[in-house]
Amino acid sequence: MNSTNILLAAPEFWVLTMACVILIVDLFLREERRGIIHMLAIMTLVFAAIITLRADYLEEGLRSAVTFNGSFIRDPMGDVLKLFSFLILTIVFIYAKFFLRQFRMYRADFYTLSLFALLGIMLLISANSLVMIYLGLELISLSSYALVAFDRDSRLGSEAAIKYFVLGSMASGMLLYGMSMIYGATGSMDLYQIAEAVKSVGSDDPLLIFGLVFLVVGLAFKLGVVPFHMWIPDVYQGAPIATTLFISSVPKMAAFAMAIRLLQTGLNDMQTDWSQMLSILAVLSIILGNLAAIAQTNIKRMLAYSTISHMGFVLMGLLPGTAMGYGAGMFYVIVYSIMSAAGFGMIILLSGRGIEADKLDDFKGLNQRNSWYAAVMAMVMFSMAGVPVFVGFFAKWMVIKAALDAGMMWLAIIAVVFSVVGAFYYLRVVKLMYFDEPLTEAEIEAPVDFRAAISLNGIMMIGLGVFSSSLIAVCMASFGA
Amino acid sequence: MSSNWPILSVLIWLPILGGLAVIAIGEQRAALARLMALVISAATFALSIMLFTGFDTSTAAMQFTELKPWIETFDIFYSLGVDGFSVPLILLTTFFGVLVVIAGWEVIQEKVNQYMAAFLIMEGLMVGVFSALDAMLFYVFFEAMLIPMFLVIGMWGGPRRVYATIKFFLYTFLGSVFMLIGLIYLYTQSGTWSILEWHQFPLGLAVQKWLFLGFLAAFSVKIPMWPVHTWLPDAHVEAPTGGSVVLAAIMLKIGGYGFIRFSLPITPDASAALDWLIITLSLIAVVYIGFVALVQQDMKKLIAYSSISHMGFVTLGLFIAFGVFQNTEGGTGAALGVEGAMVQMISHGFVSGALFLCVGVLYDRLHSRMIADYGGVANTMPWFAALAVLFFMANSGLPGTSGFVGEFMVILAAFQANFWYAFLAAMTLILGAAYSLWLVKRVIFGDIANRNVAQLEDINAREALVLGTLAAAVLLVGLWPEPLVNLMHASVEQLLQHIQQPKFSVAGI
Repeated sequence: MNSTNILLAAPEFWVLTMACVILIVDLFLREERRGIIHMLAIMTLVFAAIITLRADYLEEGLRSAVTFNGSFIRDPMGDVLKLFSFLILTIVFIYAKFFLRQFRMYRADFYTLSLFALLGIMLLISANSLVMIYLGLELISLSSYALVAFDRDSRLGSEAAIKYFVLGSMASGMLLYGMSMIYGATGSMDLYQIAEAVKSVGSDDPLLIFGLVFLVVGLAFKLGVVPFHMWIPDVYQGAPIATTLFISSVPKMAAFAMAIRLLQTGLNDMQTDWSQMLSILAVLSIILGNLAAIAQTNIKRMLAYSTISHMGFVLMGLLPGTAMGYGAGMFYVIVYSIMSAAGFGMIILLSGRGIEADKLDDFKGLNQRNSWYAAVMAMVMFSMAGVPVFVGFFAKWMVIKAALDAGMMWLAIIAVVFSVVGAFYYLRVVKLMYFDEPLTEAEIEAPVDFRAAISLNGIMMIGLGVFSSSLIAVCMASFGA
Repeated sequence: MSSNWPILSVLIWLPILGGLAVIAIGEQRAALARLMALVISAATFALSIMLFTGFDTSTAAMQFTELKPWIETFDIFYSLGVDGFSVPLILLTTFFGVLVVIAGWEVIQEKVNQYMAAFLIMEGLMVGVFSALDAMLFYVFFEAMLIPMFLVIGMWGGPRRVYATIKFFLYTFLGSVFMLIGLIYLYTQSGTWSILEWHQFPLGLAVQKWLFLGFLAAFSVKIPMWPVHTWLPDAHVEAPTGGSVVLAAIMLKIGGYGFIRFSLPITPDASAALDWLIITLSLIAVVYIGFVALVQQDMKKLIAYSSISHMGFVTLGLFIAFGVFQNTEGGTGAALGVEGAMVQMISHGFVSGALFLCVGVLYDRLHSRMIADYGGVANTMPWFAALAVLFFMANSGLPGTSGFVGEFMVILAAFQANFWYAFLAAMTLILGAAYSLWLVKRVIFGDIANRNVAQLEDINAREALVLGTLAAAVLLVGLWPEPLVNLMHASVEQLLQHIQQPKFSVAGI
C-alpha cells in the first residue's frame, strides 16, 4: 500500500478546484448569466460522484486505504456518505436556486460557500486523525456561519449567525481541549495509533476520560443534541431557508462520520464510557425534541426540534457499539438528510414574493391548491413520524432493534413512546394540508427542475421504504455487519 | 386450482395500484373515477371468490403461499398465505370494498378521486394484513392502513373530525409500537420473522407474558376492548358513512385476527395464565358497554357502542377455550368458542356495516344522526324500514339471522367453562335487544314525528342494492352457516391442539 497515494483524495481535489474555479468564473459573469454557476456547481457534484465511484482501493481487495501519512482514509462508509452528500447537495442546489432567485439573493457566493462546506464535509468523513477532523469541522463551520448570514439585510439572520458563531466557536474550543487531552494521554494524533495507545494506557485513565467528555460535548454540539441544542431552533429559523435546507441535511452526515471516526475508530475501548454519555444525550434529545416541537407555530422551528429528536435516534444507533447499530445509525442519518431536504424544499416551494412560507398556517389547504405537492409533504411527514411503509419507519425500527440487541429495553420504550408523541405534530401538518381551507388560492409555480426534484424527493420517501433492502445492505456492509 | 399465479399479491396490489391510478384521473373527472373504482373493486371481489372455491378445507396448512426475499439483511420476507381464519376475512374485505364504492357513489361530491382511491388503497392494505405471514410485513400493512383511514375521517368527516381522526391515529399508533418492540424481541431470539415459525418457537412463561401484553396493547386498541375503546365512538360518529362501514366491518376484525394469529399461538401459556384478564374485560364490554349503548342519543354512537359490546363476544369466545379445557375432556366446546368468535366477526361485519349504511341513508336525507330528530320513518320509507328492522334484529341476535349464530356458539362454549360467564354473556341478548329495538321503536315506528320525516323519500335502487345484498348475506349466514364453519374448521382444530401444549416445557425453561 502506497501511503502517499494522493489519488485517494481525488474527489476532494476536484471539489476544491471547482470551488475556486467557480469563485473566479463568477468575477467575469454578468448578472443574467448566473445560471452558468448553477450548472458548474451541479457538474462539480456529478463528476465528484463519478470520481468517488471509481474506488481503486476496493478493486485491490482492500477494506480501506489511508494516505497523507495516515490522516486521510478512504473506506466504504466514507464513500457511501460522500455519494449521498453529492446527491442531496444537488437537490439542495436545485431548491436553493429557485429560492435565491425569488429573494434576489442569486449570487455565486452561495455556491462557493456550499462547495467549501462540502469540502469540509468530505474531509471530515474521511478524517483519520484529530487534525483532519478539526480541519474538516472548521471548514464546515466557517462556511455555515457565512451562509446563515447570507441575507445580510436580515436582522434575524445576523442574530442567528452571531449566535451560531459564538456557540460554535465554544464547541470547537471544547473539542480542541478534548483533543489535546487525548493527545496528551496517547501521544498521537492518528486515530489508529490512538486506538493502540488506549489499549496500553487503559481506558480508565483519568486524562483520557476527561478528553472523551470534551470530545463528546463538541460532537453533541455539532449534531445538535440536548443539552447542546440551543443554537438549532434559532439558527434554523433565522437563516434564509436555502441555508437552513443546507445545514439541516448534508452536514449531519459529516457529524455522524465524525462520531464514528472518533468513537469507533479511535476510542472503541472506551465504549462503556461513551455509550453511557450518548444514551443520556439520546434520551434527552428524543424527549425534549418531540415535546418542544409540539408548541411551535413556525415550521422551520418545528423541523428544528424534530431534527433534535432525529439526532437522538441516530445516537441510539451508535451507542450499543455494534456493527449493526452503526449501520442503523448510518441508514438513519442518510434517510434523515433526504427527508429534511424534502421538508425544507416544500417550504421553499410555498414561499414567494419575498415572503418565506415558514408559518405552519402557510400549509393550510395545500391539498386543494395542489394535491401532488400536498401528497409529497404528507409523505415526508409520515416518514418523519416513522409510519410504515415510508423509509423513516425502517430507520426508526433499525435503531430500536440495535438498542434492544444491546439489552436497552428502557431506551427502546422511551423511543417508541416519544415517536408517538412526535407523530402528533407531524400529523398536524397533514391536518393543515388536508382538512383545512386554504388561506390563499394562489397558484403554486415552480420551474421544471424544481418540480422534478421535489417529486423525486417525495417518491424517495416511499420508494426507499418499499425497496429499502439494498440501502440497508450497503449501510450494514460499510461496517462489516 | 393451484397457486400457479400469485392470487394474494393480485388481491393486495390490484386495489392499491388501482387506487393510485384513480388519484391520477384528477378531481375534474369524478364520474370516471367512480366507474374505475367500481371496476377495480368488483374485479378484486371476483378474484377473491377464487380463494373460496380453490381453498382446501381439509387442511390447516397455509395455502396460496408466496415467498420472496424483501429485506435480506434482517431476514424479512414478502411472505403471504391464507388459512381458514384469513379467507373469510379477506372475502369480507373485498365484499365491502365493492359496497363502499357504491355507497359513496352520489353522496361524495368533493374530491371523488381521492375518496375512492383512499378506500381502494385501504382495501389492498387490509387484504395484506390478513394474508401476511411475515411479522414485519404484517406490521407494515397494519400501520400503513391507518393513513388512508386518517385522511378519510379527516377530509370527509363531521364537525369534530380533526379531533376524532387524530385520536384514532395516535391511539392505534401507541398500541402498535409496543407490539413492534415485542416483534423485534421475538426476531432477536428466534432469528426469523416468520409467524408460523414463531408458533413453534419455545419461550419461557415470563417472556410470554410480556409479549402477550405487547400484543394486547396493539390488538385491544384495534378491536377495541374496554377500557381502550374511547377512540371508536368518536371515530365512528365523525367518519363519513363509508369510513364507518370499513372501520366497523373490517378494521375491528383485525384486532380479533391478531389475537388468533399472534397472541394465542405464539404465547399460548401466557394466554392461558392471563385468560381471566381478557375474559373480565370482555364481560365488562358485553355488559357495561351494552348499558352505555342504551343511553345514546346519537344513532352512530349507539351502533359504535354496540360494536364494542359485540367485539367483547369475540375476545370471550377466543379466550374461553382455556376454561373449557379445564372442565371437559377433549374440549369440543373450545372449538365452539373459537368458531363462534369467528362467525361473530363475520356476522358483525355484515350487520354493523349494514347498520352504518342505514344511518347513512337517513343522514343523507336529513343531515342528522340524532334519534330525537326521527320518528315514524316506516310511514314514508317502508322498504328502508323493512331492511333496517332486519338489521337491528340481527344486531340483537334474533335466531335466523347471522347475529344469532356467533353469539349462541360463544354462550354455549362459555357454559362449559363457567356458568356465570355464560350468564353475563347472555345478558347481551337482553341488552342488545333493548338498545336495538328501542332505537327501532323511536326512529322507525310510531307516528311521523315532524315535517322533515314526512318529506323523506324511500331508498333508491342504488341504496336498495347495497342494503339488499347485505340483508341476503345476513340471512345466509344465519340460516346456513355451515360453509363458513367448514371453511375454518381445520384451522380451528389445529389452533386448539397447538395452544394446549405448553411451550416452555419444550424449551425446558
